[in-house]
Amino acid sequence: MPAPPEDAGFLPLAQLSMLVARLMEQDYRCLGPAVENGAIVMRELAAPDALPRGLQAGQAPGRYRLQQDPQQRYFAWANGPQAIKPHLFAPRESLWRAQRDEQGRLHFMAVAPPAPMLALIGVRACDLAALALQDAHFLQGDQPDTHYAQRREQLFLVAVQCAEPASTCFCASTGDGPTPAAGYDIALAELTDGFVATAGSRKGAALLNTLNLPPASPRQIAAARQQGQAAAASQTRSLPGRTLRDVLMSRLEHPQWDEVATRCLACGNCTAVCPTCFCHAEMDEPALNGQASEHVRIWDSCFGESHGHLHGFNVRPDIRSRYRQWLIHKLATWHDQYGRSGCVGCGRCIAWCPAEIDLTAEAAVLAGDRERP
Amino acid sequence: MRVPTRPRVAVHKFSSCDGCQLAFLNLGEDLLALAERVELVHFAEAGPLDPDAEVDIAFVEGSVSTPADLERIQRIRRHSRMLIAIGACATAGGIQALRNGADGAQWAAQIYSHPAAVASLERSTPISSHVAVDFELWGCPVSGPQILAVVNSLLLGVAPRDNADKVCSECKRRDLSCVMVSRGIPCMGPVTRAGCGALCPGLGRDCYGCYGPAENANTDALAAQFGRQGLDPPAVARRFRSINSQAPAFLAAANKAGEARDE
Repeated sequence: MPAPPEDAGFLPLAQLSMLVARLMEQDYRCLGPAVENGAIVMRELAAPDALPRGLQAGQAPGRYRLQQDPQQRYFAWANGPQAIKPHLFAPRESLWRAQRDEQGRLHFMAVAPPAPMLALIGVRACDLAALALQDAHFLQGDQPDTHYAQRREQLFLVAVQCAEPASTCFCASTGDGPTPAAGYDIALAELTDGFVATAGSRKGAALLNTLNLPPASPRQIAAARQQGQAAAASQTRSLPGRTLRDVLMSRLEHPQWDEVATRCLACGNCTAVCPTCFCHAEMDEPALNGQASEHVRIWDSCFGESHGHLHGFNVRPDIRSRYRQWLIHKLATWHDQYGRSGCVGCGRCIAWCPAEIDLTAEAAVLAGDRERP
Repeated sequence: MRVPTRPRVAVHKFSSCDGCQLAFLNLGEDLLALAERVELVHFAEAGPLDPDAEVDIAFVEGSVSTPADLERIQRIRRHSRMLIAIGACATAGGIQALRNGADGAQWAAQIYSHPAAVASLERSTPISSHVAVDFELWGCPVSGPQILAVVNSLLLGVAPRDNADKVCSECKRRDLSCVMVSRGIPCMGPVTRAGCGALCPGLGRDCYGCYGPAENANTDALAAQFGRQGLDPPAVARRFRSINSQAPAFLAAANKAGEARDE
């Protein structure tokens, strides 16, 4: 994992609100951690000093419980169910509209999506790795997704180093964390008296410049580096370090798919909380007066029925084939599509699975690294 | 599925609480727009009365629960080009179908001073047990947007979209945290059909399955998880034995949990 660069600044704890204030002055809507329904979610900050302290969450398969950080740190929580994804790839939005005029002719109009200037405070290295994959999907080629692209343009990302990974985290094994390496505007590493702050973009550097921070001392930089190394070493879950593409593709008829299908609810929660999953459905919603129609895009999941529906039949009628589709795409064929695995080790699919299914355990059995239980 | 430009529509009631008909009446301004696009020829709760009129679309609320119902549903079927069952009573027998697994006559004797005056079938059954049903809208009650989507599709000459995905899909699109995971509350969402927009999880509570079973409802896996969350087998059986107790997937799950208790 990369360490903070030598030119990092030091932001005393008391000045964290200054960073938020500068963002607000630049008309950013600032989102930070908040507690809602027993989970840490990203919500709009009412004021520069509204970032909560001491939030923490214990995570295990199928379990997420809020805790109190005895050290009252700002970012001692690993992650919540969502971070960046819903703010760029909207769970539901209108893409275009058709309107009938008085002569009965149809007119087709693009829907201009709202693209607020948005600052997300507290995103993680895994979230940034996932964002790079979502970018690769939505911005590829000569016809990028305009809705995604416009919101992406307006995004400001304040990343933080994970000092306290959850038991479900395994980003060290996927090479994506716990210290942010790229893709942020500003990265923070939280120490007891303040933050080692690094700019990762021109707008991040410009914002840090306005704070006139003293340079971080070699001791502070070393402490941040050691904190990242300790966080990586503390992770108890992992995916095999090698590419799983070939081994998984050779195990399409492995009995483990039947076994996991007895436990899987096919609820699709794993795909909804996965920061790299991008599947969606599109449909038309005509107005009742018969004169207009909205073309809507919503999050879809390979665990749903209609996702596998082709004309006249369904290619994935059962849970076995849906779980296999998800895991094989995520860990195997993603390599063909985007040059790497689609898993960034955030562990959300493990914590938020109501049936306690552990992706790392299933992958280990399928890859032959672990006996079937 | 082609229907005339201004189809004739009837809304019929069988054994039910009228809540699904309210989904029409609660449409507000949309009800006025709807009334311009269709001709409402029979809708007792709203005014028009002509139960035997020939119609293009008949919406049927309620379950078949009395001897008179048996004959009336046949008549409605004969007079309707398209018949759409709306709500848990019409699609699964409703809450009143809890008597199907009990001694209904004894219940009546306990409650009514003159039980002989009650003409009631032994079992409460869905409309599809008696006549061909062209489309089913699940829910207790169904929602206004569901009704509008069906009418709209028919007016445009396309088959209504049947969303049998789980409630979880709507819950996650609303950015709601899973109550099973974050608060350890047993929730029926993972086996229950979408359509409500995750109403209950949106209020911080568990889904109780009022939209009936979703497709591929893995009730065994959910029952096992309920057990890990502290529900004993009778409690698991009660979760499935609710508004949609007679829907086959829920009935089988409740019976299985009931057997586990007896072992």
